[in-house]
This record gives sequence, structure tokens and C-alpha cells, in this order.
Amino acid sequence: MMFIRSFVFFVGVLATFALGWIGIVGLPDIMLAKVSPPPELQRYTDVQLYGRSIYIREGCLYCHSQQVRAEGFGSDQARFWGRPSVPADYLYDKPHLLGTMRTGPDLFNIGARQPSEDWHLLHLYEPRLVTPGSIMPPYPWLFRRQQSAGPGEKALQLPDSLSAAGTAVVPTKEAKALIAYLLSLNHTYPIRQEAAVDDTAKTKKSRTAP
Amino acid sequence: MRGLQTDQAGPRLDPGAGEKFRDELQRIGIDDSSASPTVFYLASGILWLLIGSFAGAVASFKLHLPEWLGNEATLTFGRLRPVHLNTVTYGWISLAGCGMIVWLMGRLCRTQIRWAGLLYLSALLWNLGLLLGSVLVLAGYDAGMEWLEFPLPAAALIAAAFVLFAVSMFRTFVARQVEHVYVSLWYILASMTWFPVLYVIANAGLYQGVGEAAMNWWYGHNAITVWFTPIGLAGAYYFIPKVIGRPIYSYYLGLLGFWSFALFYNWNGLHHLVGGPLPTWAISVSIVASLMMFVPVLAVAVNHHMTALGHLRIVSYSPTLRFVVFGAMSYTAVSFQGSLEATRTIQEVVHFTHYTIGHAHLGMYAFVSMILFGAIYYILPRLAKWEWPYPTLIKMHFWLSAVGVAIYFLALTIGGWVQGLELNTPSIPFVDVVRSTIPYLWARSIGGTLMTAGHCVFAYHCALIIYRAGPRRFAPAWFRRAEEAAAE
Repeated sequence: MMFIRSFVFFVGVLATFALGWIGIVGLPDIMLAKVSPPPELQRYTDVQLYGRSIYIREGCLYCHSQQVRAEGFGSDQARFWGRPSVPADYLYDKPHLLGTMRTGPDLFNIGARQPSEDWHLLHLYEPRLVTPGSIMPPYPWLFRRQQSAGPGEKALQLPDSLSAAGTAVVPTKEAKALIAYLLSLNHTYPIRQEAAVDDTAKTKKSRTAP
Repeated sequence: MRGLQTDQAGPRLDPGAGEKFRDELQRIGIDDSSASPTVFYLASGILWLLIGSFAGAVASFKLHLPEWLGNEATLTFGRLRPVHLNTVTYGWISLAGCGMIVWLMGRLCRTQIRWAGLLYLSALLWNLGLLLGSVLVLAGYDAGMEWLEFPLPAAALIAAAFVLFAVSMFRTFVARQVEHVYVSLWYILASMTWFPVLYVIANAGLYQGVGEAAMNWWYGHNAITVWFTPIGLAGAYYFIPKVIGRPIYSYYLGLLGFWSFALFYNWNGLHHLVGGPLPTWAISVSIVASLMMFVPVLAVAVNHHMTALGHLRIVSYSPTLRFVVFGAMSYTAVSFQGSLEATRTIQEVVHFTHYTIGHAHLGMYAFVSMILFGAIYYILPRLAKWEWPYPTLIKMHFWLSAVGVAIYFLALTIGGWVQGLELNTPSIPFVDVVRSTIPYLWARSIGGTLMTAGHCVFAYHCALIIYRAGPRRFAPAWFRRAEEAAAE
């Protein structure tokens, strides 16, 4: 009797767990397997992947999301962060970097919104140089101080307060790779409806239509 | 008051005295069998609480003082934050939770702990996993998903440690000397079945892209469902009736609470992705399941609060009950908040804001951690055979933690709401939204500092009792004089 009760207990416990797993992870994953990549979506290059690993290493995802919500839900559209993101946009992402915080702005289309490499270099070295009021941490370890920029290197154009005579601040390959990754975040290509499995955009449009 | 009577009763003879004495001896024997592994788990849990609190406090200050320690790569916000999260959840709550469970297991199965050798190995591996994981994240080897930042070697150590722990606990359960399996045990047995499976699936790297995001938040919420919440509820179900000295209000509510919890809570995860690029139906399912959580939460709340009703005066002098009742009330609060927070209406405002972090601390701190503090105040004197030397320190700890988490929660709840409203007003430039959060971030840092100070007091006091240092006391460390309490 005791054995049967224990058996029922553990079967019940495992069943509730398995149902949840199948329901909200397994089924969506099976549906998403049918999604094909948009032709404009590029695979990451080696440099971009290296930059992506630095994005993860420095924990950028704790303050920046990479997902855009549809019209009628938040102000992502009004802030011009891009069209609503769909599962097909993320086919090459592992680990995913959707993020849950917007202490800083969304980066799903940062490559289109801010294509200047120089801006990103200054911003990573000292964010408040280009965005007064920002609370982003500086990343000076992605840069090197040396006497002068070597051949093929470009020194940062720093204001007097941050530059010392006879030294040049040049980006390391880590900084360059990270920026290559950021600039690759450009999802401005159009999405055909079939690429979006019952996506939020569709639902929202029908809800907000006059 | 029961405690006082046993203290004074001593050699007085009554008909049941012999049996009571035998019971007491048996209980001491059981406690002795669990003492060493329990203290090993608890003490290392407290150590990780200190480490995690400092990591959290520094990260909190860095968020509004970004130049502070700005040249230190290992101390950048994006590395300290995951170290904070992982050390307080997989370190403090998990290890202290294991300690509490080992002790409870002996008490509730009324038998000595079996295969205790596995527990030492488990605690050792667990600590190694935490150390390795934290060092790797600080050194730049973050695995990249929230709640799953520890790289595979560290995660594997923790998984192995959990399995060893569970094996010893199940062996003890099988050897139990009681017919009745108490409610706390249901939660413990379920969590020991669920968590290893969940943790292994999550670390196995089975998914990609958006499917991985679904897995990530299924895991993130289910870690709370299947491990952290059961620790808190097992503690509340045991200590509230125990300290008050009367049975739990309703066994059937307990049953309803447990099975509805198991059924609905496992489906909650995707409410972390509302508005995101996932099939809408899947997110809707999670929102509905979140709302259904009203059922188990009400069942548990009625059960706990009806048990305590009419005995709340004990809260004024029992340290354990004060912490545990605070935790149980926070559980009701955080669950109601969570159910409402999962709806699209609220998510439209608070998703992506600091509001969520406030909610997380109401759960992991004001609920689970406070119950663990209460449990430790009950367990350690019985294992060390030494009373808490300074009741004032317990009081200090309580108020530092309670006021600290209240400031923390209010700051981020109000600040997060303001942030969300401003984010949804496109005419407000983004950087102005950032600026308006800064006073709230300061308040959060102050709250976090108070909590950290409370943990230092707590850790010091725990070290004293483990080493049987400080003045020797012969009565339990009530908050008021024994005579005052007895006079009531």
C-alpha cells in the first residue's frame, strides 16, 4: 500500500514536470524547426562570432535586449528600433541573446542605427564621451595604450581630459571583433509572413486594426 | 511557552515521562546523525551568502557609479552580476536548503541519516563547482544564458553533487520509521526528483535560437518552481506548526496546494518572454498558468496563516517564527504580484525594467532566504548544543534584512514602474529614462548594503555558535526575557 502510494506520487511528480517541458519548450521548438532562414540573413563570420563571445563575456545581455516588439505593445516601433523580430531572425544564434533588460537600449538593429565604427570605439572606451548621462561601464581593457599608433592602427580621438601627451589609445582585436559583431546586428530586411510562425506582429495588427 | 515548560519541568514525574524521555533521546540521536553534514552545508551556504552579497552590493553601486573600479575587467558589472546571482541561488539558498533538508529528513522520517558519507562528498563537490564557476565567469568564461552562466565543468560538478545528496536523502526516506509522510516531505521529495532532471536538460545544450530562449526561461522559472520554492515551503510547513506547537490547519489544503503547485507552476516560464519572438499561444499558456497559481498560493497561504492565527504573539519573541512568518507572508505577496505581473497589461510596462529585479528579490530573499534564516536559528542550537549567545544580534539581523529588502523592493518596484512608463513614451529620449532611474538605483544600493550588513552579523553569530563561543546561555534565545513571555 505504502509502495503504491509512493509510486503514484513520483509518477505524478514526473508527469507534471514532463508536461510543462513538452508544452512550453518541446512543442514551440518543433514548430520552429519548420522556419527557414530569410535569404538576407547572413551567418556570422569568425570575427563576428569572436565578437559575440566578448559580448557574452562582458555580460552585455544583462542591460541590452535583442528583440523588437510589435506596434501596440510598448514603444519599440515609435523609437524606431526596427520591425518586430521573428523566430527566423535568430536561426544562427547560440546561445540566444534575447535579453530581459533595457537598462540600455535594444541592440537588435544597432548595426543599422549606428554604423560608425569610430563612434562604437569611443563608446566602448568611455561611454560618456558620446552619450552624456549614460551609465554603461567603460571597457578600457579592450584597448591598448602605446606611444603612438602603429602602421595600420588607428588611435582614438580623445578629448584633452582623457589623453596624455605621447600616448595613443588603440583598439585591441577584441574591441574590433566586438564592434564587428555589433555592426552585424542589422535585421532591416523584410520578413515574409510565412517566415513568422503565428508571430506577435500578426496578432497585434489584427487587434489594433480600426 | 512550551519551550519554557520543558526547561523547567526537568525531573518532575508524570505518567508519560518515561516515553517522553525516550522520544527526546531518540530525537537527539537523530539530530546527531545529521549534525555534521548539516553544519557542513549550512556553513558553506553562509559563506556563499557573504560572497554573493558583496558581489551584489558592488554590482549595485556600479550601476549608478559606472566609473567606480571601472578599469578592473574582472569586476565589471556584466561579470559581477552573474556571480551574484549564481552564488546566492546555487550557493547560499541551495546549500543552506540542503542543510535544512538533511536535518528535516532525519526529523520527519524519524530515523538516522543514511549514507551520510555521500553528503560530505556532495557538499565538497558543490563548493568546488561554485568556486570554479564563479572564477570562470569573472575570468570571462560566462556560458551566456541567464541562470545558466556557469560553464559546463562547474555545472557538472553541481549536478553530481545534487545527485549524491538526493541519493542519501532517498535512502533515508526509504528507511523511515513513520507511517505518515508530512507535507514538507512532499515538497522535498518532489524537488529532489525534479531539479537534477531540469538542471541536466538545461545544461545539455539541446536547443538553438528562439527554442533555446524558451528553454532558458522554462529553466529560469522552473529552477524556482522545483527547487527554491520547495525549500521555502518545506521550511514554512515545518517550522510554523513546530514553533507554535499545534498541527497544520488543514491536511487537505496542503494536498490541494501541492498538486496544483506541481501542475501549474511547471508551465510558467514563458511569461519572461511576453512580446518576444515566440509563438503567441505558448506565451499565452504561460500567462494562464501564472494566473492559475492563485490556487496553490491561496491554499498554502490560508493553511499557514490559519495555523499561525491567534498565536502571532509568539512572533514577538521567537526568532525562528519571526523570520519564517515574514517569509510566508512574502510568499503570498510575491506570488500574487507574480501572477498579475505575468499579464500582458502589466508586462507592457514592466518588462525590460528594474521592476522584475525587485520582484525576484521579494521571492528569493524576502520569502526563501528569510525562511532559511529562521530555520537556521532553530536548527543550529540543537546541533551545536549551544544556545545563540546574543539575542540582540538576531534582532539586528532581522531588522537589517527586513528593512533592507523593503527599501530594495519599494525602490525597484516604483523605479521600475516609472522606467517602464517612460520607456513607453517615445517622446522621452532614452538617456532621460536612464537618468530618472538613478535615484531609485541609489535607494536599491542602500537597501542592499543594509542586507549585506545583516548577513555579516548573521555569519558572525553562526560562527560563534558553531564554535560554541560567546557567553553560555541555558535558555533559548528569545527576543524578550523569559519571565515577560511567561507572564503573557
